[in-house]
Amino acid sequence: MIDTRTKRELLQLAGVGGVVFASSLAGFGISASAQPGSAPVQDFYFIQMSDSHWGYAGPNNPDMKVTLPKAVALINSLSIQPDFIIFTGDLTHNTDDPFERRIRMREFRDIVAKLKVQTVHFMPGEHDAGLDQGVAYKEMFGPTHYAFSYKGVEFITLDNVSDPRGMGAGQLDWLKTHLATLDPQARIVVLAHRPIFDLYPQWEWATRDGGAAIDLLMPFQNVTVFYGHIHQEHHHMTCHIAHHSAKSLAWPLPFPGSKPKPKPVPWNAAQPFKGLGVRGVTAETRPVRFDLLEIPVVKGGVA
Amino acid sequence: MTPPTSFLRRLGKRTRARLMWGVAAGALIAGGAILAAARTGGDRVVRIFAERYEYSPARVTLKKGQPVILELVSRDRLHGFHVKGLDVRADVLPGQYVRVRAVPDKVGTFPFTCDLFCGSGHNDMNGMIIVVN
Repeated sequence: MIDTRTKRELLQLAGVGGVVFASSLAGFGISASAQPGSAPVQDFYFIQMSDSHWGYAGPNNPDMKVTLPKAVALINSLSIQPDFIIFTGDLTHNTDDPFERRIRMREFRDIVAKLKVQTVHFMPGEHDAGLDQGVAYKEMFGPTHYAFSYKGVEFITLDNVSDPRGMGAGQLDWLKTHLATLDPQARIVVLAHRPIFDLYPQWEWATRDGGAAIDLLMPFQNVTVFYGHIHQEHHHMTCHIAHHSAKSLAWPLPFPGSKPKPKPVPWNAAQPFKGLGVRGVTAETRPVRFDLLEIPVVKGGVA
Repeated sequence: MTPPTSFLRRLGKRTRARLMWGVAAGALIAGGAILAAARTGGDRVVRIFAERYEYSPARVTLKKGQPVILELVSRDRLHGFHVKGLDVRADVLPGQYVRVRAVPDKVGTFPFTCDLFCGSGHNDMNGMIIVVN
């Protein structure tokens, strides 16, 4: 988990002043001891990385070539390593050329392979999978939706990008079948690229059939969703279900609805990497809850 | 008044054949138009093509209160068509005409956009519907 020492390290690496802090996730207030028959939850922490858009070249981030490696170095420098990494999509920037798409994915994979933590759970964003229905992504990284368990927490990864119209009936059936195997008190973490609630549909910050997924999750008392796509930290509740978006490793986007279009926030040479970062997530047993620590990428942040 | 049969008889054989083919083709076109009108209920049809990263035409003028059929088709891949101000949206499929009926009930300028990710120019794929009195 992120203990005080690790937090201090992260803050030192980030450079004091640029840290955005978020904490306290609702919906995870039941202690493990109150759930007879369920698997015991042990403390752990993981890091969420998102939206690195590897392969992009342009004014949105003139330092694209170093941002992702810098984030990898930052994580590697932690004295207490996370249990695993999740990467919530847009690993690469879109290209019409299938050959170039695969080159970008290979380069991305090579950079991320330098992480000390060897367990990394990926999922696609529309930039990875939206133009070829995930064909190249599956070749490189495997299935686009899947589930795994870790220390008593059930992680469910959804693909809401390979088909721009939504997750589709097949995936929702899979979700329904999988959830049917879980206890209503199960600790569930849902991972997706796009928000599964209607954050701002005018900017396509939504999933067309996301409401159907939320309906399936609603009977479960302990559900938290982590997603990317919107290139900024954002927190939202759908009844008892908490949704948290992560910062990008490429460029920040404006607050939902604050501009006519979701165009990137212009690069500021005086404050490079402002608005970019990764997230540490701690799962604690008593009470079972997650704490978030937003970790920006800063110039010279990694020795 | 010269009866039509006499008139036809006076024409040369080749001219007569050309004339008859012309009449037949005209009848076919008129029949097609009547059938099309029946399918659309007589509404005006506006065909819009989508192709990365533009619509053609990109500006469409409609009359307030006059029903219109928007006939949408993609020339390359799946696109979206969303007119936020008129509550109109459709998936635009390659090689398949999708029809959406609309009755503009207010005068104004209404942007339409592609709302299904289609590539690097996706956020700039848009057009405009202008509704006039």
